[in-house]
Amino acid sequence: MQVTRFPSRAEGLADRMAGFMAHLRMNGLPVGVAETGDALAALAAVEATDVDQAREALCVLLSGDAESWRKFDDLFDAYWFNAGKQRQGTAKNVHVKVQAARPLLWQTHFGESAEDGVEGGTESSEDAFAPDAGDGEAEGTDGRLIATRTDNLSRRDLRELMDEDSLRRAEAAAVRIARVIRDRRSRRRKQALRGQQLDMRRIQRASLARGGEPMELHRRARPPRPMQIVALCDVSGSMTVYARVFLAFLKGLVSSETRTDAYLFHTRLMRVTDAMRDHDTLRAASRLSLMAEGFGGGTDISGSLERFLNGYGARALNGRTVVIILSDGYCTSDPEALGAALAKLKKKARRIVWLNPLKGWRDYAPVAASMQAALPYLDAHLPANTLEALGALEREFARL
Amino acid sequence: MSVNDVQSALAEEGYVADARLAMALHLAETLGRPLLLEGPAGVGKTEVAKAMAAVHETKLIRLQCYEGLDASHAIYEWNYQRQLLAIRASEAQGGLAEAALFGEDYLLKRPLLEAITQEQPPVLLIDEIDRADEEFEAYLLEVLSDFQITIPEVGTVEAVTRPMVILTANGTRELSDALRRRCLYAYVEYPDRETELAILRTRMPEMEGLLARQIVGVVQDLRREELEKAPGVAEMLDWAAALAGLGVNDLAQSPEAVQATLVCLLKTAADYDAAPREVMDRLIGKVA
Repeated sequence: MQVTRFPSRAEGLADRMAGFMAHLRMNGLPVGVAETGDALAALAAVEATDVDQAREALCVLLSGDAESWRKFDDLFDAYWFNAGKQRQGTAKNVHVKVQAARPLLWQTHFGESAEDGVEGGTESSEDAFAPDAGDGEAEGTDGRLIATRTDNLSRRDLRELMDEDSLRRAEAAAVRIARVIRDRRSRRRKQALRGQQLDMRRIQRASLARGGEPMELHRRARPPRPMQIVALCDVSGSMTVYARVFLAFLKGLVSSETRTDAYLFHTRLMRVTDAMRDHDTLRAASRLSLMAEGFGGGTDISGSLERFLNGYGARALNGRTVVIILSDGYCTSDPEALGAALAKLKKKARRIVWLNPLKGWRDYAPVAASMQAALPYLDAHLPANTLEALGALEREFARL
Repeated sequence: MSVNDVQSALAEEGYVADARLAMALHLAETLGRPLLLEGPAGVGKTEVAKAMAAVHETKLIRLQCYEGLDASHAIYEWNYQRQLLAIRASEAQGGLAEAALFGEDYLLKRPLLEAITQEQPPVLLIDEIDRADEEFEAYLLEVLSDFQITIPEVGTVEAVTRPMVILTANGTRELSDALRRRCLYAYVEYPDRETELAILRTRMPEMEGLLARQIVGVVQDLRREELEKAPGVAEMLDWAAALAGLGVNDLAQSPEAVQATLVCLLKTAADYDAAPREVMDRLIGKVA
């Protein structure tokens, strides 16, 4: 593996570690200033010259949940071992160019890397000097920025789907819906410091310790049990027309005070909660476009649901979750599989609501095989083809 | 003590830890930070704490969390009955100083207070922290960062020694970011084939090689089936013990015993339906 060449201004381990922290932060790990010091302390406690030990120590220290635990290895390699650059095929091209000039006899031994050299030659010579220029940031060369530049032609840029004023209404409708399902109280009364009712059972029990004198007054109240939302939005080809409204709707749900988790799916599933919550709209949009690779392709609803259940489901779902699926129900997968996935979902979540843009059409009937399979598991199947329809959802959700 | 020392010491106590878990334990000791373990049920999160206590030959203090856990169960409580008795008894002899009523004698130490008042640093296991309420989690943060507990009648109790704190969670509720940041983190996965075989060998050294390989193979494959509750390491060990108890030498030879002992592996009715006899025969055929 090739070790990253750092800019000449980056002096010593502390500086590079700070760069690594910035790199992790950019990739969504919640690390702060204090962690930089902790990381250096942790390296002092192990054999820091041993790569595996350093990697493990930093992973244990810096990853806070299962998701970052799994992606830490890649992030570590990307920063310390130039993996981001290697993926671009530029890092090795520097010497590949020399090899390409060798006699033909050797060509077979270099195989495809020799061919890379011909194409990437100019780019590599430019990149090879970049790190030592001093003004470039080390983390700028790790592949993320380069990836955006080269690939976004083949992707649909969600930026143009996000920045219109009319989308605010969709967002506002979402905020209203989120508010309606947030304010719930438990039916059972529990011990509370400031409660409406006296808790006679507890008062009596406590009075026994004081010879039957009710000295401590315990109280009970109905604790708040706010509902959470998990929104799964279909961004496949058939949904393209609605995508801009639905994305605004998702953004409204996520930015409301209710705890919301948002996912996009087509043939793959990705979590977009953090990207949507980003206050920097432009950065949020580019993060989304990076994530929605393949946006506008086919759909695999059951597969995506399955992946959601197996991956994020354990954390995202509980007895107080409303799952909102935004999809037209046209999918390539087996309808039975969709039914099975929804049955599993139904066990773990409180309510499943399917918002279907087609349902607003006059003569629509859910005859598509997959919708037929899904219907028995839905608590509500509601239209969502216009802004008005979205606005009218508030009343429906209040009833759930 | 280096990382490898931790790993081999754990192995001596019968716990096979992978490199990352060993590193997590090593750092938790050297940096004095609590360690948060997550992972599916039955991968040995609780066992880690027991093994660590055994390695250091110290006490394991366990706090099992549940919904509604409050300070009087987690930290301390006054022994009111004894206080009342003392008052009654002393009335005959003409009164009792109030200060004496709130002394060590009348204080019931619960796990957290007990853990910070030990002479030799114990291992404090806070099991299934995600089951406790959020308020308790917030309180725990204070204890874990300062290692001191304030008792109004007595004053602040400073930690005599710093316990090694291990928290476990398996995703009943999302934990707060503050707690996650304060802790080191390790995700414990189901072990791979070799590791699981090593675990079985350590726990049941007298078991024959063929049977051990078959058991581990079947359990590993079973985890890949669509089950609601995949069998953990603990279930595997139970199953192995059951099979050994029945005197089975080869799984392929005794399908009845396999069916009868599946109660150790599968814990829901749906999983029973998902793993009928044909499926088990296929899995056994694959590893035989």
